Amino acid sequence: MTRILPRKDVVIVGLGWTGSIIANELADEGLDVLALERGPWRDTATDFNIGYAQDELRYAIRRDLFLQPGTEAITMRNNAGQTALPMRDYGSFLPGHGVGGAGVHWNGHTWRFWDSDFRINSHLTERYGAAKFAGLDLQDWGVTAAEMEPFYDAFEYLCGISGKAGNIRGQKQPGGNPFEDPRAREYPLPPMQMTYAPTLFAEAAKSLNLSPFPTPSANLSAEYVNPLGIAMGQCTMCGFCERFGCANYSKSSAQTCVLPVLMRKPNFELRTECEVLKIEKHRSGNMARGVTYMDASGEEFFQPADIVLLCAYGLMNVRLMMLSGIGKQYDPNTNEGTVGRNYCYQTNCGTQVFFDGKEFNPFIAAGSLGQSVDDYNGDAFDHGSVDFVGGAGINCIPTNARPIGYRPVPPGTPRWGSAWKRETARNYRSTLSFSCQGSSYPQRGNYLDLDPTYKDRHGRPLLRMTFEFPDNDIRMSHFMSDRSEEVARALGGRQYTTSRTAKAWNSVPYQSTHNTGGAIMGTDPTRSAVNRYLQSWDVNNVFVVGASAFAHNAGKNPTGTVGALAFLAADAIRNRYLKAAGQPLVAA
Amino acid sequence: MLSPPNGSGSRRELLASVTAISLAAGAHAAAARSYSGALPFRTYSADPPRPVLPGAWLFFTQDEAVAVEAMVDRLIPADDLSVGGKEAGCAVFIDRQLAGPYGNSSRLYTRGPFAQGLPTQGYQGEANPAQRYRAGLAAIDSWLKREKNRPFAALPAEEQDAFLTGLDKNEITLPQGGAGFFNLLLQNTMEGFFSDPVYGGNRGMASWRMLGFPGTRYDYRDWVSRHNQRYPQPPVSIMGAAEWSPRAGAAR
Repeated sequence: MTRILPRKDVVIVGLGWTGSIIANELADEGLDVLALERGPWRDTATDFNIGYAQDELRYAIRRDLFLQPGTEAITMRNNAGQTALPMRDYGSFLPGHGVGGAGVHWNGHTWRFWDSDFRINSHLTERYGAAKFAGLDLQDWGVTAAEMEPFYDAFEYLCGISGKAGNIRGQKQPGGNPFEDPRAREYPLPPMQMTYAPTLFAEAAKSLNLSPFPTPSANLSAEYVNPLGIAMGQCTMCGFCERFGCANYSKSSAQTCVLPVLMRKPNFELRTECEVLKIEKHRSGNMARGVTYMDASGEEFFQPADIVLLCAYGLMNVRLMMLSGIGKQYDPNTNEGTVGRNYCYQTNCGTQVFFDGKEFNPFIAAGSLGQSVDDYNGDAFDHGSVDFVGGAGINCIPTNARPIGYRPVPPGTPRWGSAWKRETARNYRSTLSFSCQGSSYPQRGNYLDLDPTYKDRHGRPLLRMTFEFPDNDIRMSHFMSDRSEEVARALGGRQYTTSRTAKAWNSVPYQSTHNTGGAIMGTDPTRSAVNRYLQSWDVNNVFVVGASAFAHNAGKNPTGTVGALAFLAADAIRNRYLKAAGQPLVAA
Repeated sequence: MLSPPNGSGSRRELLASVTAISLAAGAHAAAARSYSGALPFRTYSADPPRPVLPGAWLFFTQDEAVAVEAMVDRLIPADDLSVGGKEAGCAVFIDRQLAGPYGNSSRLYTRGPFAQGLPTQGYQGEANPAQRYRAGLAAIDSWLKREKNRPFAALPAEEQDAFLTGLDKNEITLPQGGAGFFNLLLQNTMEGFFSDPVYGGNRGMASWRMLGFPGTRYDYRDWVSRHNQRYPQPPVSIMGAAEWSPRAGAAR
């Protein structure tokens, strides 16, 4: 039996970055806000405790802070001709779990997407003609970089991002990223102190006439008090960042940037270990009544609410929409439908340069402490002479040297025995790594839907992911491998090795937790799930916030844009929706 | 056993629910884990790992333990760089892992139907790591008894290496239950050799000393700008360092 609870103004599904940002904004508006979080409460002192946070086995290998497949798995296949099977353990990507979500265990690379991303179809059509990207379902997002700027700014100042601006109100800034769009002001904090490997990388990049700059980082270069009045500490470069909660209050997260203020607001309530099963719609179909959820004891509740915000991990937002009948399931055969389309990922390659006699001290590291090059990212360069669109950032960001996972050895080294050990010891401190994080563009065969066979612990269908690297993206990535080899040669060293992206996408080795799309924002209600305010085209009081809204993925980490979209949605609700409750903010 | 994850039944969750019930007093039962008006905090609710203690095998039989100790000692042989896998505690590490949530796959997706997967779909077997060890070690033992008339531990080192190489290169096909076992063994052996000593392997931080990894030192701000100069400090474990105090000798 489902128990019916007292009404709330707003119910938020998931209390990570987006949920906490919007909850805080809407609580300031005076609304009665409830967040339902599937996982447990997590906070720095108790869960990322300084006494044992630096435990590679527990957090990086056994993944204590992550979503476990027993709670929710996803099935995968490379194309519709195959039978999808469950990822019995997560590998290629690792969704978060609990309060803070994936924002607990991220590295902290905090990018802005470019105007040429938000207007990707218009931009590429104007520059090259639409035939240049035939076969790719590239769509404009419905916003411009100029419209996104204040929301990026709000997120960066909330976090205390360390970086160097490349363009302030149209004025190029030496030392910053020359390809970025204009920003209103400098980053809140200066760049981090550089370690040795990125310093050498930047010198090599400059020798090739590239434009290296410090990677914008959510690992704080100095003490900081954010606009909410929350204080953070300086990063100590301990090298336990990605896959770990920060024990030092120096990595931006919901815990360090929002919750100390949000949790004290009397008109905000959090219920943990409550899994939302479904968004319930009115009979009319174009409004939600609230959500049904189950608590840890297995009891079911109906929570009525006037506004429902999906702020779970992007993939889970998409699945909840499908389970709730919000939007029309995308069908790759007809190319019709709004939910499940434009699923994208990231197209990466990596390079290792082996030196003799250098001491990189690779364990002195932080998640975003490094140097980046955007000369070949997105549409920063003329694609007239190449057979692809898109690109990649080249990033030398040695995030850690935790030895279960980090043991670089030259190709051909045995996996065990005396020779293995000799090479492992020889190369551990003297290897420089950098990687290319490449764009991922939508194509018809890549999509999300509900699996016909496999069920979760509540008997609901799992999400099914059908994905293969598009030919365009493979060509892009090979181009980047070639550019990487130029940088590797400029670095010198004894030898180097560069990987090359190949089909088929493999769900086992870790690649990136940058899963995007499935509930994309856009201008066409028949080809996108939400409008430019992240409001569902179909159910007017449902907003869907996260990387699920990305119409494609750029060669950049998504969190900066995810955070900006949270501020965008909060602004739209405060300043538009509340004045027109129940109404579509964009005419369909 | 390792500390449990923050999944159901963990100490941390129990405390959370106790906290929450008191918070929710007078409210409806739905708010059994409801937080409002304050940052929830309760002292002693952290969940540190419990150090692996020496003692009897928890998962392996005596014969299995002898075989695994011999195998980890060939995968990681003793030489001038470090002690071998056996002395480093890799078999103890694996034993304790198999006796805990890792061994029984309690966190993974273990519902059927089970089907033969593609390489891109990862492990699709029904057996958990504990079952794979039991079957894999039995398969190795029966193959060796048939072909060599002796168990693994009784072979000379060169023959042990030749056998492991055959498994690694898929040149030896084990009877039922042996497929994929070598990769699992190798992965767990490396985990044991390189993880924090709190879990029973990497005794004396042998692998960290070999690499020059300082372990859980936490603050490198005074060294970050000293480019190309080797960081001079010895490693520290979650349990501290042997040289710090007699009590921390457990790290040895």
